[in-house]
Amino acid sequence: MPAHPMLEYLWIVPLLPLLGSAINGILGAKWPNKYVTLTAISSTGLSFLCALEAVREFLESGQALSRKEFFTWIASGNFRAGFDLQADRLTVVMMLVVTGVGWLIHIYAIGYMAHERGYYRFFSYLNLFMFFMLILVLAANYVLLFVGWEGVGLSSYLLIGFWFLKKSASDAGKKAFIVNRIGDFGFMLGMFLLFRTFGTLDFQTLFTKAGSWPAEPMGHFGTFTVACLLLFMGATGKSAQLPLYVWLPDAMEGPTPVSALIHAATMVTAGVYVVARSHVLFSHSSTAMLVVAMVGCATAFFAATIGLVQTDIKKVLAYSTVSQLGYMFLACGVGAFTAGIFHLMTHAFFKALLFLAAGSVIHAMGGEQEMPKMGGLGRKIKWTYATMFIATLAIAGIPPFAGFFSKDAILFATFQSGAGDRIRTLYVLGLLAAVLTAFYMFRLIFLTFHGKPRYDEHKVHVHESPWSMRGPLVVLAILSVAGGWFALPAFFQGPDYFANFLGPVFGAREAVEAGAEAAAHQLELILSGVAVLASLIGLAVAYRLYIKNPRKADDLARSMKPAYTTLLNKYYVDELYAAAVVRPLLWLSTNVFWKATDVAGIDGTVNGIAHGAAAIGDGLRHSQSGNTRSYAVWVVAGAIVVLAVIFFWPSASKIALGLVR
Amino acid sequence: MVPTNYYIILSAILFGLGVFAFIFKRNIITIFMSIELMLNAVNLAFVAFSQALGKLDGQVFVLFVIVVAAAEAVVGLGIIILIARNRQTLNVERVDLLKL
Repeated sequence: MPAHPMLEYLWIVPLLPLLGSAINGILGAKWPNKYVTLTAISSTGLSFLCALEAVREFLESGQALSRKEFFTWIASGNFRAGFDLQADRLTVVMMLVVTGVGWLIHIYAIGYMAHERGYYRFFSYLNLFMFFMLILVLAANYVLLFVGWEGVGLSSYLLIGFWFLKKSASDAGKKAFIVNRIGDFGFMLGMFLLFRTFGTLDFQTLFTKAGSWPAEPMGHFGTFTVACLLLFMGATGKSAQLPLYVWLPDAMEGPTPVSALIHAATMVTAGVYVVARSHVLFSHSSTAMLVVAMVGCATAFFAATIGLVQTDIKKVLAYSTVSQLGYMFLACGVGAFTAGIFHLMTHAFFKALLFLAAGSVIHAMGGEQEMPKMGGLGRKIKWTYATMFIATLAIAGIPPFAGFFSKDAILFATFQSGAGDRIRTLYVLGLLAAVLTAFYMFRLIFLTFHGKPRYDEHKVHVHESPWSMRGPLVVLAILSVAGGWFALPAFFQGPDYFANFLGPVFGAREAVEAGAEAAAHQLELILSGVAVLASLIGLAVAYRLYIKNPRKADDLARSMKPAYTTLLNKYYVDELYAAAVVRPLLWLSTNVFWKATDVAGIDGTVNGIAHGAAAIGDGLRHSQSGNTRSYAVWVVAGAIVVLAVIFFWPSASKIALGLVR
Repeated sequence: MVPTNYYIILSAILFGLGVFAFIFKRNIITIFMSIELMLNAVNLAFVAFSQALGKLDGQVFVLFVIVVAAAEAVVGLGIIILIARNRQTLNVERVDLLKL
C-alpha cells in the first residue's frame, strides 16, 4: 500500500464518470430511471469523494506538484505524449469545483429531467462531460489537455443538441462545435509552435525550459507572444470571449442543468484555466498579456450591455456568463492569476446556482422562459427566490457574498497593475461592467419574482420544485455566501488564504503582489467601496425602473429606440458573421467545392471514365456481326497473320513461343 | 517414288480449296465438309513428312487427328441437325443469333 494511494491512482477520479457514462450509455436504454440515476449519481459522487481524498493526501504530502506517468500514448521521434496526470494547487481548486459542482448539478438533474425521454442518454452525456473535464484539469501535458478540451466540446455539442428534434437546438449544437473549431485551430497551432521551440509539450519540462528564456518586451512578436496569442485564440473559443462568444447564448437551447454545469460553471472556464496553467508563458510576453486583458475587459463590458435588454431568463444569464468570463481574463491579463481563478471558483458557485434557480423557475412555470410573462413569483416559490436572490447579491458584488471578494480582487489588481492610462481604461470599463451586472441581475430578479403576475394564473400552476432540485440550490447558496471568505481576513490586514494557497503555483509574481498589497491596503479599501457603490447604483436603477415605476422601463426603451433595438439584436453580430463569414463560405462551398470540384471535377472524371468505356464497347460491339461466315473470315485472317509472323519475323515468334512455354 | 514435294503441293492445294469453301460457301454442310477437307490436307502433309523423314511420329499424329475429326463430326452434325430443325434452313447467312 503506497503512502498516498489516491494520488498514486489519480486516474480513478476521471475514470469513474467514464464508467458511469459507459454503463448508462450501453445498458441505460432498457433500465428504469432508478438504476440510471443510481449509476450516474454514484459514479460522480464517488469521483468527488476520491477527489477529496486525493486533495487531502496532496496537501498532507506537502509537495508542490505530484506528477504520475501512467502510460505513453503517442511516441514518435523525440515527441512523447503520455497519459500523465498531475496535481498541484491549481488542479486542486479546479478538480474540486468540477467534481463538487458537477455532482450537485447531477443531483439537481434527477428532478429536472425526470419526465424527459432519453433520461439515460442525458446522464450518459453528462458523465462523459465530467470525465473529459477532469482529464482537462488533471492533464500534465498539452496533448492530454487537448484531449479533454475537445472531449468537453463534444459533450457540450451532444448536450446542447439533446432535444435534437428541435431544429434550433441541433443548430445551436452545431454552431457551438464549429465556432469552437476556429479557436481550436489556434490552440493546435500554438501547441505546434511550442513543440517546435521547446521540443516538448509536457508542462513541467516546458515551463522549466521556458522559465529561463528572456521575457519579450511590449510590441515584440516573438515565440512567446505568438504562441500565447494562439493559445488564447483557443481560449476565446472555449470561454466565449470576443470575437468567438456567439455560440454561448445559443447554447442555452440545451437543458438547464447543462447550461449550469457546462456553459456556466466548468467547461467555459477551461480557457481561463489554460491561460492560468500557461502563466509562465504568458508572463514572458507583455503583449499577449495586454491582449488578454483587453479582450477580457471588452467582453465583460460588451456582453453586459447585451444582457441589459434580453427578455429570455437564460439568455440574460448566458450573457452574464460571457461577461464574467471576461472578468476572469481581465484578471489573468493583468497578471492576477489568483484573482482570476478565485473568480472562476466563486463564479462556478453562484452562476451554477443562478442557472439552477432559473431552471427551477422554468420548471415552476411549466417551460416558460420569457421574463415578461412571469412576475410575482417570489411569494409562490420561496426557496427558489431566496437562493436566486443570494446568487444575485453574489454576482452583483455585494459584500459579504462570494462574488464581492473575487470581483474586488480583479478590479483592484487591474487598477494597481499599471499606472498607464490604458490600464485605467480597463479599470473604468470593468467598473462600468460591474454597474451593468448589478442592473441586469436585479432586473431579472424584479421582473421574475416581483410585481404583478403577468401570466394566466388559471393556466399556469406555479409549484415549487422537488427536494432533489432544492437541495443543490441550498448547498450552492451556502457556497455563494461563504465561498469568498477565504479572502476575508485580507480586509483586516490578515493573510489572503486563497492567494497564499495558490502561491506555489503562480510563484514569486504573486508574492510581490502580496507585498504591495499590504502597502496599498488603504487603496484597496477605497476601491472596494467604489465597487460596492457601483453595484448599488446598478441595483438602485433597476429598482427604480422595475419596482417603483414599472412603466418607466418601457418609456426609456421607446425614447432610446435605436440603442434599444441594437442591444436587443445583440449588436447584430450574428447577422454580421452571417454576412461576412457564413454566406461567403456557403457560396464557396456550394459553387466551388460542391458544384465545380465535386460534381464537375471528381464525379465528372469517374463518370467520364465509365462513359468512355461504354462508348468504346459500343463501338467494338459492331465488329460482332453475329454472322457465322464473318467469324470464319476472322479465323482465317488470324491464322494468316500468325503464319506471316512466323515467316517474316521469326524473332518475335520465338518470344511468343517462349511466353507460351 | 513420288517426291515429297508433290505431296506437299497437293496438300497445300487441298487446304486452299478447303479454306476457300469455308469462307464462301453458304450451306452449313458444305462448310463442314470443307473443314474435313482441310483436316485431311494436313493429314496428307503429316504422312508425307513421316515417310520422307523415316519417323512414325507423323503417322501417329494422323491417327489422332482422324479420331478427333470423328468426334468433331458427331458434335458438328448434331448442331447442324438442331439448327435445321429450329430454323428450317441450312443457310449460314440466316444463322446470326451470336450478335449482341
